[in-house]
Amino acid sequence: MEHLISLFVRSIFVDNMIFAFFLGMCSYLAVSKSVKTALGLGVAVTFVLLITVPVDYLLQMYVLGPDCLVQGVDLSFLSFILFIAVIAAIVQLVEMIVERFSPSLYNALGIFLPLIAVNCAIMGASLFMQQRVTMPDTNSQAITSIWDSVAYALGSGIGWLLAITCLAAIREKMAYTDVPRPLQGLGITFITVGLMAMAFMCFSGLNL
Amino acid sequence: MSQLFSKANREALVNPLNLNNPIAVQVLGICSALAVTAQLEPAIVMGLSVTIITAFSNLIISLIRKSIPNRIRIIVQLVVVAALVTIVSQVLKAFAYDVSVQLSVYVGLIITNCILMGRLEAFAMMNKPWPSFLDGIGNGIGYAIILVIVGFVRELLGSGTLFGLQVIPDWCYEHGYMNNGMMTMPAMSLIIVGCVIWAHRAYNKELN
Repeated sequence: MEHLISLFVRSIFVDNMIFAFFLGMCSYLAVSKSVKTALGLGVAVTFVLLITVPVDYLLQMYVLGPDCLVQGVDLSFLSFILFIAVIAAIVQLVEMIVERFSPSLYNALGIFLPLIAVNCAIMGASLFMQQRVTMPDTNSQAITSIWDSVAYALGSGIGWLLAITCLAAIREKMAYTDVPRPLQGLGITFITVGLMAMAFMCFSGLNL
Repeated sequence: MSQLFSKANREALVNPLNLNNPIAVQVLGICSALAVTAQLEPAIVMGLSVTIITAFSNLIISLIRKSIPNRIRIIVQLVVVAALVTIVSQVLKAFAYDVSVQLSVYVGLIITNCILMGRLEAFAMMNKPWPSFLDGIGNGIGYAIILVIVGFVRELLGSGTLFGLQVIPDWCYEHGYMNNGMMTMPAMSLIIVGCVIWAHRAYNKELN
């Protein structure tokens, strides 16, 4: 239980997808203009993560790992293709669900909803999970059971959600400031994210 | 021969280097650009890998563009890209193991690099193989240029070296010069990219 909580909190604050690994930057920068859509995308990303990471974990443990299907064969070089197929399928599902239940959110997210499939945060979480599976039990970052992978996915998703909502709130205020012309838009957003990342660096000593 | 390098083809190759730069203007493929640039060597390897993968995925998708059903095109594109990335990742592991360890998951994340999907959707699906190939090379190099600039600044100021060789002479350190440890932190790469974009926009007035 302690391990689960530690994994969860660390993946929100210390191993934050945006501020520590820069994953999912493209949609992060493009959709963070208003808090409402940012929140919607954040929830969608969290949801997709919550399904894909455990599914990929099971794939890794029972299909791809060494000696899983055939004795003496390690299939992990196929992981890129399998993981991306799982992600693409689940994103398609989420797209249909959102279109059915919340057409306004569907229109607001636009092209960025299907693009969750190529959101690096999703693929990145699966690949980090693959790295962490091989770590020894005693390591605080190790993922040793399906519950660990669920906690990791949820934490990463909430970390991403937190980051995009904060940036959207800052950008809403920043719209009224006088920024030099060439720095407007993209440039100042980058620098803001850099400053936020520095602020998040102070969590790096966090130890549970 | 002159047909191979007609005006339109030359534009497909040269435009992404400056006026249509994938990072500074199209805002694609930011994640990996930020994460692998603490040193120059991984930045160059990453730039090269992305160039090769963009060029060949553009070529392959453009060759089969007429037989891809529209509804499942994203999955087809992802599979082609994933196969190419798997090849590149295995080659890197075989011939440049140290760099591939440094790049860790970011090689796998080339699959979800938005440059690839962006160019496949925007260019390769509608153009003949040869221009698509050139467009892929152009975008890959445009991406690599930014990576090299950021990597250069970060390695020079952060650790006083280039390609791992010391370039700041010892007498500077004796007179009190110190490496800026901030530069090796992830947060600074965001701010440097922000400044690169600022400079780029200030220089190219028509982008504002």
